[in-house]
Amino acid sequence: MVTSDFEAILKAYERSGGDPNFLRSPKVASLVISGNRVLGTNQVPGVQIVPEEIEHGVRVRVIVEPEARLDVPAHLCFGVIPAEGVQEILPEFEIGEGARAEFIAHCTFPNAVKVKHLMEARIHVGKNATMKYSETHYHGETGGVEVIPKAEVTVDEGGRYTSEFALTTGRVGKLAFDYVVDVAARGTAELVVKAYGYGDDAITVKETIRLNEEYARGLAKSRIAVRDEATSEVMGSTEGNAPFARGHVDCIEIVRDQAVASAIPVVRVRDDRAHVTHEAAIGTVNKKELETLMARGLDEETAVDVIIRGMLAA
Amino acid sequence: MCVENLHLRREDRPILQGVNLKVASGQIHGLLGRNGSGKSSLAYALMGCGAYAPQEGRILFDGHDITALSITERGQLGLTLAWQEPARFEGLKVQDYLALGMQEPSRERMEEALKAVALLPSAYLSRPVDETLSGGERKRVELAAVYAMWAKLAILDEPDSGIDVLSLDDIARLIRRMAEEGTTVLLITHRDEMVPVADVAALMCEGEIVRVGDPAEVRRHYARRCRPCPVAEPVEEVGGGYERF
Repeated sequence: MVTSDFEAILKAYERSGGDPNFLRSPKVASLVISGNRVLGTNQVPGVQIVPEEIEHGVRVRVIVEPEARLDVPAHLCFGVIPAEGVQEILPEFEIGEGARAEFIAHCTFPNAVKVKHLMEARIHVGKNATMKYSETHYHGETGGVEVIPKAEVTVDEGGRYTSEFALTTGRVGKLAFDYVVDVAARGTAELVVKAYGYGDDAITVKETIRLNEEYARGLAKSRIAVRDEATSEVMGSTEGNAPFARGHVDCIEIVRDQAVASAIPVVRVRDDRAHVTHEAAIGTVNKKELETLMARGLDEETAVDVIIRGMLAA
Repeated sequence: MCVENLHLRREDRPILQGVNLKVASGQIHGLLGRNGSGKSSLAYALMGCGAYAPQEGRILFDGHDITALSITERGQLGLTLAWQEPARFEGLKVQDYLALGMQEPSRERMEEALKAVALLPSAYLSRPVDETLSGGERKRVELAAVYAMWAKLAILDEPDSGIDVLSLDDIARLIRRMAEEGTTVLLITHRDEMVPVADVAALMCEGEIVRVGDPAEVRRHYARRCRPCPVAEPVEEVGGGYERF
């Protein structure tokens, strides 16, 4: 039973763009969760992954020891194989002082008709530590998935935190992304969200970066495309709360058909030596780009897709 | 390609005023003219770009009346255009851009195309076709993409602009190579140094083709009569006026 579940989730993982060999390798830190069951965990020196099954999901503590270096990124897989279900993931990441760790997560719901996936993460990036977290989702083609990823992140002095969330293949369903990052002196935070919605998909993205101490840096970036009757709303907020803090909000949204997109960039500065900027652009596909591709013989729909996927890949 | 009495007005201004032009299969046809004479507008109208649909006249290509066809349909018939200022594409690699127009994309052909525009394949195939390319590099990639397609007819709009003078020979070599491989070329330029590469040349002025003939003769005429331009910068009348053309 567990073996067949494991194989099913590996197949789904592969479909969402992951390489299952990483989840089988004893040299790679990994965690495989299906519904509320932990199907596999692999520990490597310097990293502890401690999962605990709860009623509708899994609570997990991930501890990277101070000064530890992960030679290979840790691979995480969260999935729901049945058509219906609720999955709640409650991770706590503790990245020790001076450590460097990269995590590649895939969340896959290939058969979803009515699936709800909630994640509430607490992340602490220690002094001079670096954490990179890349999360790719695949929600199937029905649009029946509701995903609510939330994170509270603190980055200590000199720490670096990078998060990239991508949902660009298959339907989105409903996405309510909400990350808040507090950055200490000389720390850096970069949040990137990429999503491609169609049908009646609904995308909401809230990215908040608070640059609380001097020389903190932050970038809140989003690349969203919506078509058909999909909607997107992006609220990128960066606060410059200390001397010499530097922040930027960068939002680009492409709209086609009857889709609706909005952007609300918020820039707040509490110290006159801080500098925070924003740019937001919403529009349809650039006509010249479109006509250039059509002059190569591509039909309009294919040309639009090439342009959007390029934007999302950049 | 045969263009018959093509008229185009934009924002109530006449842009093309009865263009007649024949581009014979397999030829390099030079179209020379000053800036603002309507050359690029003609290129966009021939390609079927949305804002350049002619109000009158017709365009025949390979035996078909393509006047009402979309850009895609024209592209699928083997007509293509290298833009004067090519668009940039965020996140699209040169190799993917080259492959888009190719019937059967092959790495060999892509490398051949990049070498034909004096770009090193190993340095460029994986680069994005975005703002990180210089104007000259982007232009060369555009020409490589058109070359790689084996198009029936390639309209090259000012292929020499934005590329340093030393590269004009590269461009001329590429155009000859395209013709040798069976692509008919309509070469649009305002620089008469490019004209010798053509088999036939036409001169465009104020939205009309005013002269067609031997490239050397058209070039001489352009040098003598169009610089300075008597239309844009009228010359003083001497002894009963000047001859425009």
